[in-house]
Amino acid sequence: MKLAVLVNEGPYQHQAADSALQFVKAAVAKGHEIFRVFFYHDGVNNGTRFAIPPQDDRNITVEWSKLAEEHKLDLVVCIAAAQRRGILDENEAKRQGKSGDNIAPGFRISGLGQLIEAGIQAERLVVFGD
Amino acid sequence: MAMLHTVNKSPFEKRSLDSALSHAIDGAAILMIEDGIYGALKGTAVSAKIEKALGNLKVYVLGPDLKARGMTEDQVVDGVKVVDYAGFVDLVTEYDKVQAWL
Repeated sequence: MKLAVLVNEGPYQHQAADSALQFVKAAVAKGHEIFRVFFYHDGVNNGTRFAIPPQDDRNITVEWSKLAEEHKLDLVVCIAAAQRRGILDENEAKRQGKSGDNIAPGFRISGLGQLIEAGIQAERLVVFGD
Repeated sequence: MAMLHTVNKSPFEKRSLDSALSHAIDGAAILMIEDGIYGALKGTAVSAKIEKALGNLKVYVLGPDLKARGMTEDQVVDGVKVVDYAGFVDLVTEYDKVQAWL
């Protein structure tokens, strides 16, 4: 089945980012198609490669990136939510006159239309948040 | 048109479980995840609510989240089914829509 996931909470906040990650892993293991994972509100913080959790802790962003590479996932970060929280890709950094970008591999920045499209195209939209 | 309602807050902290229960219609399902698992436990102030809900709803709880909080399957209200993440995915596909009560 074609599934879409919405993540509204950042990593290490409570449990929503972990739950979403485990859900997506289980869904791909069962052979379902993940149409898109959309990161909104504080969920955009899942997409920064500059976070450095302690070595004995899980690195949620790295896990998303790995999963995206293995299963060709479309990880989309909301642009307005991302700009408020300092998540930038190369183009946005240039456009905003910032010295560097911090988007993690496998993530891309786009608009809310991507969430609407995911809601229409996927057969189920599963929401994780706080 | 059966709907799956997910609840991720403890019923002793927020009213998400009450919201889910008051919106769920016959044939719908409730899945308790994260801190929501506290709603599935036996012998609490909300246990009776769950026992009553089991009359017309299916009630599930996420096993890994029970375990993460030091709870075991035999502490869960009789009739509440324990599922893993694969079971979570199955519920999502089994029901027509998924509504998260955050």
